[in-house]
Amino acid sequence: MMEKIICACGHENPQGTKLCEKCGRPLTEEEKDRKIVDMRYDGIAIRSKTRNKSIIDKIWNFFSSVKVGVSLIIINLVAASIGTIFPQEFYVGVATEAERAIYYEETYGSLGKLYYQLGLSDVYSSWWFQILVGLLGISIIIASLDRGIPLHKSLKNQRVKRHESFMKRQRVVAAGPVTEGDSSKTLDLVEEQMKKLKYNVRREGNAILAERGRFARYGPYINHVGLIVFLLGVMLRLLPGFYVDESIWVREGETRTIPGMDGYFIKNEKFILEMHDNEKTEAQIQQGVNAVAKNYQTNVKLYKQPEDAIPGQTDNLELVKEYSIRVNHPLQHEGYSLYQMDFRLNELKAMNFSLTNKATGEELGDVSVDLTNPQNEYVINEQTKVSLLGYYPDFSGFKDGEPQTATSTPNNPAFIFKMTTPEQPDGEVSFVAIKQTIEPNGDNAYKMKFKGVETRNMSGLTVHKDRTIPILFIGGMIFMLGVAIGSYWNHRRIWVEQLQDGSIRLAAHANKNWFNIKKDLNTITEYAHLPQFIDQVEKEEEEGQKEKEGDNTL
Amino acid sequence: MNLIDLSGNLLFVAFIAYLIGTFLFGGAIKTSKPDGAEKRANTWGKLAIIVTIIGFLAQLGYFITRWIHTGHAPVSNMFEFTTAFGMFIIGAFILIYYMYRLSVLGLVALPIALLIIAYAAMFPNEVTPLVPSLQSYWLTIHVITAALGQSVLAISAVAGLIYLLKAVDPKVKSKGRFWLEAVLYFMVLVIGFVAVTVIFRGMGYEAAFTYVDKNGAQQEIIYNMPAVFGMNESELLTDNVMEPLAEMPPVINAKKLTVVFWSFIAGSILYLLIRLVTRRRILAMLHPLVQKVNLNLLDEIGYRSVLIGFPIFSLGALVFAMIWAQEAWGRFWGWDPKEVWALITWLFYAAFLHLRLSKGWEGKKSAWLALIGFAIILFNLIVVNLVIAGLHSYA
Repeated sequence: MMEKIICACGHENPQGTKLCEKCGRPLTEEEKDRKIVDMRYDGIAIRSKTRNKSIIDKIWNFFSSVKVGVSLIIINLVAASIGTIFPQEFYVGVATEAERAIYYEETYGSLGKLYYQLGLSDVYSSWWFQILVGLLGISIIIASLDRGIPLHKSLKNQRVKRHESFMKRQRVVAAGPVTEGDSSKTLDLVEEQMKKLKYNVRREGNAILAERGRFARYGPYINHVGLIVFLLGVMLRLLPGFYVDESIWVREGETRTIPGMDGYFIKNEKFILEMHDNEKTEAQIQQGVNAVAKNYQTNVKLYKQPEDAIPGQTDNLELVKEYSIRVNHPLQHEGYSLYQMDFRLNELKAMNFSLTNKATGEELGDVSVDLTNPQNEYVINEQTKVSLLGYYPDFSGFKDGEPQTATSTPNNPAFIFKMTTPEQPDGEVSFVAIKQTIEPNGDNAYKMKFKGVETRNMSGLTVHKDRTIPILFIGGMIFMLGVAIGSYWNHRRIWVEQLQDGSIRLAAHANKNWFNIKKDLNTITEYAHLPQFIDQVEKEEEEGQKEKEGDNTL
Repeated sequence: MNLIDLSGNLLFVAFIAYLIGTFLFGGAIKTSKPDGAEKRANTWGKLAIIVTIIGFLAQLGYFITRWIHTGHAPVSNMFEFTTAFGMFIIGAFILIYYMYRLSVLGLVALPIALLIIAYAAMFPNEVTPLVPSLQSYWLTIHVITAALGQSVLAISAVAGLIYLLKAVDPKVKSKGRFWLEAVLYFMVLVIGFVAVTVIFRGMGYEAAFTYVDKNGAQQEIIYNMPAVFGMNESELLTDNVMEPLAEMPPVINAKKLTVVFWSFIAGSILYLLIRLVTRRRILAMLHPLVQKVNLNLLDEIGYRSVLIGFPIFSLGALVFAMIWAQEAWGRFWGWDPKEVWALITWLFYAAFLHLRLSKGWEGKKSAWLALIGFAIILFNLIVVNLVIAGLHSYA
């Protein structure tokens, strides 16, 4: 059994109580010495102040401390700010780890290197940053439970009549006889006026408790619930199926499966880039920007496979919808959203060659190589054909005599052709790249003469599904509701007691916004002819100041 | 007169009104002389708030006419946003004034708004076309709500500054005295920035350079002030202008550094002149003006402004921001520097509220925190926009 503190009024209070739950008498030496009592949480015993035995108690006490909570806020704040010193990795447009290391060192020098090595270039996904956020979350939960529940109980079980020592130790107090009229009617007048001021008035014998806006005390706890819901929503994304984040490139005219969105296909009908036709602004001139983009748009058709289709089967696709995806206007379908994210203009689509006799210039036929889907062999006629022995879409040089490709995107295509002609039935091999031809077996009679290219645009789209969004939204709304309640309303209480001799003892407390409660007090003081109230905090300061001013005159 | 000229003139009217308003609020300072000074002060105070409201309406006129002209809420570049921020600070001041009727707030709020609007005017004020990501009604909703929240939070810094002007004794050496004077010195530096920009602009100073940027590409840049610092591998193209004294590596924008340097020089000279002429700290000059203010009331106003501003800021800078980001980029949060600094601002004011609530950080401590909070807001406006590159960089 835990020890109880028995108040002079006979009420048993749990250990750690500062002000008696029933009559409000100060119970600790500290409170007895104060001129004004500490009204935070109404002097109740919060859990962390009552138990400190087991490990769980100790952990609980640690996280329930506001000092720890504020420290965690500040640590999170500092950690977040570190991530803005240099750009984070996801804003640096390089792909591999090695390239990143080089990027940070080359761009930002040794500081950049250190930044990268310490993992600060991806600080928000680091384990320690996530732990910090988690600790803050735990602190929010425990501190709220620690204070919220006892406070709720205490507010619910308030007594009307409080002890003199409680009343006198409030910040705003009044005491003395009524200034005018019949003192037997004073409490009636107070009650009447307090009700007009929209207070809830309770009266027990010669005492009144008028209270307004108690729900404001719940604001902080409501907003904490919102924050926790939000954080839980964020954590849910780690579960499979809750969160899809993929990206695809679709060329004009192409139909592709949508990654993460099973059974759906998207066709890029056209990519549109529009620029503003304004005259160059000063800022544009200073930054060397020629034109400002006005619109990025991809006209698409969204298709769906029939129910019984096997994966990857592209015939019999059903058109779901046609849409123009623009920035700020994603295509939305069944919880999935497709966003316009990127584009590439004039990507090489095909290269056209003609098989040409070097000596006579005679052309035997044209060959068009589709760069995304090249054929193995291009037959011109029975004796004349061109075989594609090797294709290097993004030719980056030779390594050990072999041509290399950096990526699979046709940025710098190169080919090894074998040209079979009536004249050379065994075929001639030629390596052809842009502005470069190598004939490994000596001098060929024929060449692949470059005739031109066909280009097309490509759209970069991202595919998102986030089933946590409703949860995040609800969390955000609860948070805003709680913050608004806690900020825009305040809890005001006024205790009035009429003593045997008809004189009045009054005390008032507001959890914030004392300015407003004083306005209310002015009204009832005038209406019920109460003795003038004083603000003990201000009085103390004024006295302090007078002493100081007195010093100056010496 | 077309709409955009009208808009510019209205802004000018507002600026002048705030300037006059500042002096009128100066006249409203209460003294204890028993010769009817109190009544006179009240008259000045009434006049001051009327002039301020006229200025606010004029600036609202600027805002609306510019909106009509450009077709989108004028908050899309550094000039527009910063000007609007100044307007909202005035608006927040008027709101708080009518709650507490404390005219001394105007004495500080108006000069701060003036400095902010003057600062804004140093950026190109032409109408800029909107890039695709900004073409959304969320631009209006998100930016205006966030700026409104910041403005109300700024009033807590105004109250905090007045609190400290009174509470910090200019005669006694203390950390508080040093840092408060540093805050005032910073305000003089802003005047320095405005002064050098206006002077060199008036002279029509221009120096063109070529330089090599961090991606190794050759670029061109025009300096409007004598180049103290040169861009990476810069070469001067203009004749008869100063060669840079030092060259900077490619990650540092030497042009902006040059502007900072000149502002610092001009502001410091100005500050030294003030000190030499008056033989006093600025703090010592302002301290006597606020002797009659009630510290408790200021403390309450400071706290109340945070209480009013914090939910608005949360809504505008976080909730609406996330909704828009979700719509534009498909993710509600992207750790963009501006986002991160909005989060930092939010965390800071959350810490402020918890410290105040539970640790009893009231009075002086609370006033200092309010100033730090405003410093974070300004950092997010100035440094994050101009120095740290990201999705929100406007200039």
